[in-house]
Amino acid sequence: MKLRINGTTFRVEAHPLERLLDVLRIQCKLTGTKEGCGEGECGACTVLLDGEPVNACLVPVAHAEGRSITTIEGLGGTEGSHPLQRSFVEQGAAQCGFCTPGMLISASVIPAGARREEIRCALAGNLCRCTGYSAVYRAVELARAKRARRRAR
Amino acid sequence: MPPRPRRPRPLSVVGTSPPRLEGAAKVAGTARYVDDLEFPGLLLGRTIRSTVPRGELLGWSMGRRPRGLHVVSAADIPGRNAIALLEPDQPCLVRREIRHAAEPVLLLAHEDRDALASVAVELRERPRKAQLDVRASRSFCKEILIEKGNLSRGFARADRIVEGEYTTGHQEQLYVETQGVIAVPEKDGVTIYGSLQCPYYVQKALVELLSLPPERVRIIQVETGGGFGGKEEYPSMIAGHAALLALKSGRPVKLVYDRSEDMLATTKRHPSIVRHKTGVRRDGSLTAMQIDVLLDAGAYVTLSPVVLSRGVLHAAGPYRCEDVQILGRAAMTNTPPNGAFRGFGAPQTQFAVEVHMERIAEALGIDPLELRRRNALRPGDTTATGQRLGADCSALPCLESAVRRSRFVARRRAIEKHNAKARVSGGPLRGIGLALFFHGSGFTGAGEVKLASRAALELTPTGARILVASTEIGQGTRTILSQIVAEELGWPLSRIEVADPDTREVPDSGPTVASRTCMIVGEILRRCAQSLKRALGRMTPRQYLAKNGPLVVTEQYDRPKSMHWDDVHYRGDAYGAYGYGCDVIELEIDPVTAEVRPAEVTAVQDIGRAIHPVLAAGQIEGGTAQGIAFALAEEVVMRDGRMANAQLTNYAVPTPLDTPPMQVEILEFPYGHGPFGAKGVGEMPIDGPSPAVVNALRHAGLDIRDIPAVPERIAGLVDSMRGAAT
Ligand code: FES
Ligand code: FES
Repeated sequence: MKLRINGTTFRVEAHPLERLLDVLRIQCKLTGTKEGCGEGECGACTVLLDGEPVNACLVPVAHAEGRSITTIEGLGGTEGSHPLQRSFVEQGAAQCGFCTPGMLISASVIPAGARREEIRCALAGNLCRCTGYSAVYRAVELARAKRARRRAR
Repeated sequence: MPPRPRRPRPLSVVGTSPPRLEGAAKVAGTARYVDDLEFPGLLLGRTIRSTVPRGELLGWSMGRRPRGLHVVSAADIPGRNAIALLEPDQPCLVRREIRHAAEPVLLLAHEDRDALASVAVELRERPRKAQLDVRASRSFCKEILIEKGNLSRGFARADRIVEGEYTTGHQEQLYVETQGVIAVPEKDGVTIYGSLQCPYYVQKALVELLSLPPERVRIIQVETGGGFGGKEEYPSMIAGHAALLALKSGRPVKLVYDRSEDMLATTKRHPSIVRHKTGVRRDGSLTAMQIDVLLDAGAYVTLSPVVLSRGVLHAAGPYRCEDVQILGRAAMTNTPPNGAFRGFGAPQTQFAVEVHMERIAEALGIDPLELRRRNALRPGDTTATGQRLGADCSALPCLESAVRRSRFVARRRAIEKHNAKARVSGGPLRGIGLALFFHGSGFTGAGEVKLASRAALELTPTGARILVASTEIGQGTRTILSQIVAEELGWPLSRIEVADPDTREVPDSGPTVASRTCMIVGEILRRCAQSLKRALGRMTPRQYLAKNGPLVVTEQYDRPKSMHWDDVHYRGDAYGAYGYGCDVIELEIDPVTAEVRPAEVTAVQDIGRAIHPVLAAGQIEGGTAQGIAFALAEEVVMRDGRMANAQLTNYAVPTPLDTPPMQVEILEFPYGHGPFGAKGVGEMPIDGPSPAVVNALRHAGLDIRDIPAVPERIAGLVDSMRGAAT
């Protein structure tokens, strides 16, 4: 089976019902995507499937075949150079960092100009036990504001 | 003790908020946690657990064994079958006696996940009657009595006596990364890679379990996805299991719990029952406090005596009273052992005292704010153990600042008007509540002396390398310790490196617990930096190394001369320093769903000095969110001694939707023996939210004395309140 992940094609051998999460982590060695519960509750395993955030622990790998998958490794490379990644560090939105990849993936599809309430709703499926979320909201707002400023110039 | 005056000198690194050192790796997804590590020939482990809360193990049988399956039982343990910590009562694997459900009995390992999962094991257990009621338990693993003044004299001076009982439930730490380790067999010992807080605790446990000398038991902490106390003592258990499997199979073994096993088997916050009997004068001054604290320790001692200790030492709250008696007991039950969780006993006892203060104000008909103003500890006052507080005692400034920032008085008035209408119209009710609290940093006086922690600095060609066993678990250890060292040396942060916590490389700087990393280990490191500076003189590191060869300076904990603590009578200076805090929480109660929605949160906390203001605020925000959920949402349902809701689907940790915006203010009343004045910050934020929430509910008319106040409980109260109103 072929998977298109972060713009690269991966050839994997997997039972169609195997969890996308395991295929990503074990076969593709993309360990940035985390497992926090395995039951669709924590969002640590969030990836984009054709641009939509999904819980990779609930998605059978066959379901992802032929679609475009984005993991944290595809967001800003090994440097973490996406504006959201930078503002997460700056604002202290990553403490232990375990929820962070999933949180960033969910945050990456929040439209610019989103208000606080919209940000909260967009991140509702991502648990963070460390930050109490305040820093996460600040980081998302800051990155969005920076992007808007850049556009305006 | 007055803070040692320091030459005020402008700080250039401390007090700034540089990017946390491992931040880039964490956001890029390249930070490696234990489950991300690979080893050739790796086996996966699985734990078979008891199903009854008490009984005897008569034997076990196993269905078809796949080829390549490794099995470990108690008979395979080369050393002592116990997890060495305070008492050797907890076995690593059950031999015969079962004391709680989900107690580990057998260990399996196999290279194939599916094959491992398919093995069917049947335990033959003879159940016996279990003690599941902490109030009925007569078996105590620790009793502590604190006495100050003369209780009957205090009660004799009182105009009123107010009594109350307050209870709190279990709470699960719920680090997002579950417990996990990898054990690698070595030629003459074992190496553990683990998600853990205290490498040297794990080493101590494995030395006894495996009967190996310490140098052959190497513990390496890898990037850790949260701990909150949950990875203080339990990693010794899971590391023991993985090590036994690795030694028997001769191959590396990974044991990573799934969420449900983690919730069923690992430690939680101790449930508590606290009773208060308080003498007060008409003007509100406290004349006598009699407090009885009962904690549910669970089936083994683990850290319960120390949790009880911190619980009783905070039980009187940040209040002055001359005649005090506090009796604490930790009772054994046949439930999984409870253990360390952020706050460590103090959130339970301060919940009780702060809700009780509100009830005292009610009984006297005075403003609860005035009651706190009158009784809050001031510099020169003494605590229940007779500790005289220095100029850094900031209870009143915290209170005043929180009241001002939250516009407490005006909001309270507005809410009362709102509620008068809502009671008629059936609209949502609102409430505002506050809580004043304190938290001792570090181990108790004697505890730090016994630990005698060490830290070291190694000179590198470009700067210095920090060698400590203190772990980074999200709170920012690496970054703040580097800042302290850089500041003392007068170097930029980029010249400081931090070694991985690896028992082969770093000295034992004590456990990463008790809000002690910054204040205690940070100060030892600051002294290391001082010595390093002296040794260098005018030379650059490179010049020094060329001339004299390698340099490592090591310093040890040095008790402040003025500090005295009597562990037998619980008298004296319990902690080196106290942080203080005041939370104000405003909330809304949905009259239909009985859902309580925190709307505004103000948290003001004095932490001596914020080494890194962004990280410090992060501790306050995160701890506050956990504390609010402790009061309102997080309910561990125990059925027959077993957690019945061991899943994230029905154990409600706060999501972004449940977490209100917070206003955080950090006050700095420096502590003379902390690095640049710093006290601890990690735990205190979780002490205040639960009483503030419950006091806000009381303000809305709901009399709550037991938490978690989950919607089902609130619903009953709302209904009866409406019944009374119509
Ligand atoms: S691991 Fe997928 S939602 Fe938790
Ligand atoms: S940063 Fe630790 S869970 Fe979010």
